[in-house]
Amino acid sequence: MAEWFHDNGLLLGLALLDGLAYAALVFMVAVGLNLVFGVLRIVNVAHGSLFAIGAYAAASIGLFFVSLGLPPIAGYFALIAAAAIVGALLGPVIEKVLLRRIYGHEDVLQLLVTFALFMILEDVQKLIWGVQPVSQDLPMKQLGTIDVPFGDDVIPFTIYQLFVLPGVAVATLLGLALFLRRTLAGRMIVAVTADKEAATAMGIDSARIMLLTFTAGAALAALGGALASPTTSLVPGIGAQTIVLSFAVVATAGLGQIEGAALTSLMMGLGRSIAVYFAPEFEVVVPYLIMVAVLLVRPQGLFGVPETRRV
Amino acid sequence: MSQGLIALIGAAGLIAASIAIPWLKFVLTIALAKGIAVLGILLLLRAGQVSFGHAMFLATGAYTVAFLAPTIPEALLLIPLAALIAGALGLVVGLFVVRYRDIFFGMLNLAISMVLYSLLEKLYDITKGTDGIRVARTTFLGMEPARETQEWLMFGIALALAAGFGLLVAAYLQSPMGRALAGIKTRETRLEFLGVSARRVLLFAYVASAVMGGIGGALVAMTTRHVTPLLGYWTSSGELVFIAILGGAGSAVGAFLGAVAFELVRVYAAASVADAWQMILGGVLLLVILFAPGGLWGILSSRLKARA
Amino acid sequence: MLAATAREAPTMSTEMTRRALMGATAGTLLMAGSDAGAQQKPSELRIGITTFLSGAASVFGVPAKQMAELLFEQINASGGIGGVPVRAYFVDEAPGTDHLVGEYRRLVQNEGVQVVFASISSGSCLACTPLSDEMRKTTLLWDCGTQRIFEEGKHPFAFRTQGYGTPEVLAPLLYLLKTKPDFRTLAVINQDYAWGRDSWELFRTAMDVLKPGVRVVAEMFPRLGATDFSTEVTRLLASRPDVILTTSWGGDLVTLVRQASERRLFERSTFVMPVAEASMQILGRTMPAGHIIGARGDHWNNHPKPKDPAKLAKFVEAYRAKHNEYPIYPCHHMAQAISALQAAYARAIAAKGGGWPNDAELANAFRGLTFDTPTSAIMLREDGQGLEDQIVGLSSFNDRFPFAVPKDMVIFPAAMVSTPVGMKSVDWLKTLKPEMLAQVPAAI
Repeated sequence: MAEWFHDNGLLLGLALLDGLAYAALVFMVAVGLNLVFGVLRIVNVAHGSLFAIGAYAAASIGLFFVSLGLPPIAGYFALIAAAAIVGALLGPVIEKVLLRRIYGHEDVLQLLVTFALFMILEDVQKLIWGVQPVSQDLPMKQLGTIDVPFGDDVIPFTIYQLFVLPGVAVATLLGLALFLRRTLAGRMIVAVTADKEAATAMGIDSARIMLLTFTAGAALAALGGALASPTTSLVPGIGAQTIVLSFAVVATAGLGQIEGAALTSLMMGLGRSIAVYFAPEFEVVVPYLIMVAVLLVRPQGLFGVPETRRV
Repeated sequence: MSQGLIALIGAAGLIAASIAIPWLKFVLTIALAKGIAVLGILLLLRAGQVSFGHAMFLATGAYTVAFLAPTIPEALLLIPLAALIAGALGLVVGLFVVRYRDIFFGMLNLAISMVLYSLLEKLYDITKGTDGIRVARTTFLGMEPARETQEWLMFGIALALAAGFGLLVAAYLQSPMGRALAGIKTRETRLEFLGVSARRVLLFAYVASAVMGGIGGALVAMTTRHVTPLLGYWTSSGELVFIAILGGAGSAVGAFLGAVAFELVRVYAAASVADAWQMILGGVLLLVILFAPGGLWGILSSRLKARA
Repeated sequence: MLAATAREAPTMSTEMTRRALMGATAGTLLMAGSDAGAQQKPSELRIGITTFLSGAASVFGVPAKQMAELLFEQINASGGIGGVPVRAYFVDEAPGTDHLVGEYRRLVQNEGVQVVFASISSGSCLACTPLSDEMRKTTLLWDCGTQRIFEEGKHPFAFRTQGYGTPEVLAPLLYLLKTKPDFRTLAVINQDYAWGRDSWELFRTAMDVLKPGVRVVAEMFPRLGATDFSTEVTRLLASRPDVILTTSWGGDLVTLVRQASERRLFERSTFVMPVAEASMQILGRTMPAGHIIGARGDHWNNHPKPKDPAKLAKFVEAYRAKHNEYPIYPCHHMAQAISALQAAYARAIAAKGGGWPNDAELANAFRGLTFDTPTSAIMLREDGQGLEDQIVGLSSFNDRFPFAVPKDMVIFPAAMVSTPVGMKSVDWLKTLKPEMLAQVPAAI
């Protein structure tokens, strides 16, 4: 066993570094989904579409800034702008026009509404951005690479993926935690998550809170997409893949748990990259195996609160 | 007007349509097959649970047929075998899954189906991965009739199975076990107080739904003659739930109304607006949920009641 | 074949049944006399075309559709095929084979198409070719690459108007062996689906025979449509293979090249990318120079010796004028299928003394047919497989194009790199001898 670590320790170290960037992106998407579920009790299948639209928007805005001749630093504003715009525009529209009508309905119906929305948004993406791969990688490229020592060799890692992505994820985590614990709006969200009826009885405007939460969730998804877009090329279908993975994270973490989402994303990210190194056949299945394993032992998720049964 | 009469009229309509437009037979056979699988979803919906992984039973049934057809070409053997194996999988998975409720039930089913899907994709040497497996020629009672007759036979078998399972499910839902299912949705604890094991009730329903899913998958395999892992993907599971709601979660006939409508809309949407069919389907689903949550059966039955 | 009445897209079941009944009566009466023998010249030549209009592979499917529409417009402007205007019906492959198989039937039985072009995905082709046998409809395999089709059975109505996986992988391998004969380690990173697996198996089988002893340091198969290859790139950086093979395409290839070049992987290893052509425009200057690229055929925009340079230029410019981008290989494959269609009909009509061919006569006209392509010509063998030359080169930049194009190109004659009739590819590859390298033509 020790020998294995000796031979492969360095590789394991590399795997950990790789897992960080991946985990950061997974977290950004999952945390928004988690928030939305906690407050609205709706599993938003279209969350993946918001991720994709955020990514496309970031690329478009970035390309637009480049065409204007703005300095590369503007690229980062493009990312944030994309997230803000998508969140601020689509979030309230979806919540007010669609979700409000179905709050009283059964869970199935609510989920299917978001599923229908997802199908519609997939084609909308195609109509707006076409089918050819879209990419704008300036935000990543201009930060360059850093050489990580690996035995007698060096492995270049992009600074963007090694520092910026995890950095933003950690900042988001801390920011959210602070927001939820220390600000009034945040505490209202926590209250509504715990018990909507009681919260409303206490005078909290649940409708506004739900709107706020959904908008925040949408913005987070879009931000995740915007952050991802410099690293990859955007094609039809990226929303669909993201959403299934996010479900796995959210279910494993426990619904409504922010810190849980962070830890689970880390677990999934590391699990996946270790699998790529040592057992590549299992790479795709790792998140689902983790999910099944965790849920079998703790049905409410790692950090979830067991729901009290109503008699 | 009872469900039964609607069902008879519907069946007659399907037969007439198939005589009139031959290629429709294919679409309708697939619709009936999916409808049978949707009956299973319906059972679980009665208990307030949605499974987002039932495509795994479709895939199991389909791949069973694909693997066994070369050695056991008899269609009337393949279908029960597919049902058996899908049911066995349903039992194994069900034993774990029935401990969970609501979103966890849905998610766990999703996770397990994704594991199966990944296996189907990755075990390339056995399953030929995404290329899929061609289903060998099947025989019917030992005979190998002409293509046209085969298509009618498949259609007929699908119709018969659909009718049979439709009746079974309708009867089951009226029976004490079926009512117990509804009890899980409203107040499970009180059900337990009555001395009924909620888990057992749900497990029975789950295995039944797995069996029906397997039969649906087998029929799809024998009709399309080509199975790929896509049949077990999460969007395929989503389709089944979509159909359940579209048709109306309240009745067995609804499952088939939904399936036929879904397949027809998809075919015609794809034919007329080939690159926006997803949007059209999504739009249809939204309209149904927002304005007709009882589904097609809900619309139909209220119209008929109004007339009567 | 002439059930033309139920053409409109009805909305729901009841309306459809009424029209269906009307259509049935008309159709049945017309059907009575339309079998074999005396074939009436139809008012339209209907072609069913399956392609990807959604999902990741739409990067191929949509440009091909655009090319088809452009070419059919030109054809109809000059009188159609055999004097009959052509009409195309496009079908999306993305929903899956169960939907596609139904669509094939609908196209044939309901829309009355005479020929079907299928498909981009190998899974789709594998599902449709048996249908072509069953329904006796000529099916042109216009883009799929799986070698299984003609190696696992006879399909008298199916014809592949392009190359396929074996030459597309063997040619780059031969190029590699010629230009970098001393490589010792190799890694592969392919998409995890049938093409990714098959192409690796073909490459590896040939490599082990032509250059035994190469050590494979990593075999990675990321999910099709993966958006991030950082982990795989790290592993490749760590294992330092001399050569990296990837048969990825589309967004996956673009992402892989970007992420790998950002982290200087292209400086450490030589990449071999048999399917890279379609991604060159999108990559632009990001694509590093000096790596081996293929085009699934001989359709490079800077083809050094096209059969008819003026024709190629016109072809490219027509597409560029309309769509503001250069045509990629799916566009060429579509053009090849359409060219074959025209040539076959001309041949069949001539053979029938001016009459319109029925299904069997049309299929016969394809067998052994040689037809022009924008760059050269292709012959269809007796088993239905087309023989298409492969051009492989090293990525380079010049002033003519804002994206990478090959230099030091070698044209591999189709016969040299295609499996002989009746043999399975893997078996044939095992019989190759290192001496065959001497037969590789010189670079142009």
